[in-house]
Amino acid sequence: MITAPNDNEIISSVLQGDQARYAELVKRYQNFVFTIALRYAPQREDAEEIAQDVFVKAYRSLADFRGDSKFSTWLYTIVSTTCISFLRKKKLDTRSLDNEQVFEVADNQDSGFRANQVEQKSKLQMVNEAIKRLSPDDAKLITLFYKGEQSLEEISRIMGLEVNTVKVKLHRARQRLKDRMEKHFVQEVRDLMS
Amino acid sequence: MEPQSNIENRLWDYIDGVCSEEEKSLVEQLIASNQEWKEKYKELLEAHQLMANIELEEPSLRFTRNVMEEIGRHHIAPAAKTYINKRVIWGIGAFFLLSIAGFLIYGIGQIFGSEISAPPVSIDSINLDKINFGKLVNSTYTNIFLMINALLGLVLLDMYLRKKKNNLQEETE
Repeated sequence: MITAPNDNEIISSVLQGDQARYAELVKRYQNFVFTIALRYAPQREDAEEIAQDVFVKAYRSLADFRGDSKFSTWLYTIVSTTCISFLRKKKLDTRSLDNEQVFEVADNQDSGFRANQVEQKSKLQMVNEAIKRLSPDDAKLITLFYKGEQSLEEISRIMGLEVNTVKVKLHRARQRLKDRMEKHFVQEVRDLMS
Repeated sequence: MEPQSNIENRLWDYIDGVCSEEEKSLVEQLIASNQEWKEKYKELLEAHQLMANIELEEPSLRFTRNVMEEIGRHHIAPAAKTYINKRVIWGIGAFFLLSIAGFLIYGIGQIFGSEISAPPVSIDSINLDKINFGKLVNSTYTNIFLMINALLGLVLLDMYLRKKKNNLQEETE
């Protein structure tokens, strides 16, 4: 059985001059990096620009990757700082962490079309929709934990926070997401009844 | 009765597998024996499974090619540890410590002056008015200190530029 080369093997090759092999790392992590970027920059063009910037920065600093953490943890740290720099540069609305108004605004923005669409949505589609309505930090945290294969310790390193703080933030983020989904289910039932 | 938020926190820790063995068996017992815990666990587990299935977005098909084209214009920067010589850092650190120690000895010498030979020294004998701060700032020692700092700065800049030049030469060869 042929196993895919691990990240460190690819990095060694790239550092030895085989630049083309970097494409393997890009392909491996592009969806994740792009998804996190989308949490911060809703426009796909902007998110792609951020994601591209992340991979270029990672490439340029590849010699500094010491291998004492997973490559993904190191890469996601670059994602995190690049997203924040992008927001500062573009002066986009960052939407604060525990801002309930965010949810109200999001609800108002799409309540019109949602009424027509909601009955077609599966639970999975709903969770994907609900996560888009979370604040970028909440969405990033949940994505890192569930899709980035990162432990709480690794997330704390990526976000520059204490492990306990990450744990509390993750609990809160999941609670908010759960509340969002519950609201959708209630709405769905109402729509079906009317 | 335990508050709802506390139950949820303990259940999330249990689901994430980050609680201790003791806590794990305690939570398992509560789930098995308490209806409220059982329902909450079922609810959180379902939410957990849904979150584990969130979909990742995909960038455009040209994304990888765009990145590879872009990095074709860049080079991997040398690792920070290769161009930061630890001996130089330690040397600068030692120089600053010695400078501070020198200034302190000089200052203390000025405070005590001739009284240095009259032990024991009491706190009343320290007369701050005796320190000539103007002399301290405008003295030859200060000028020498600044000169050496400037010199060290130029040496570091020279080292950095030389490394950069060497790297460029290596890349063009």
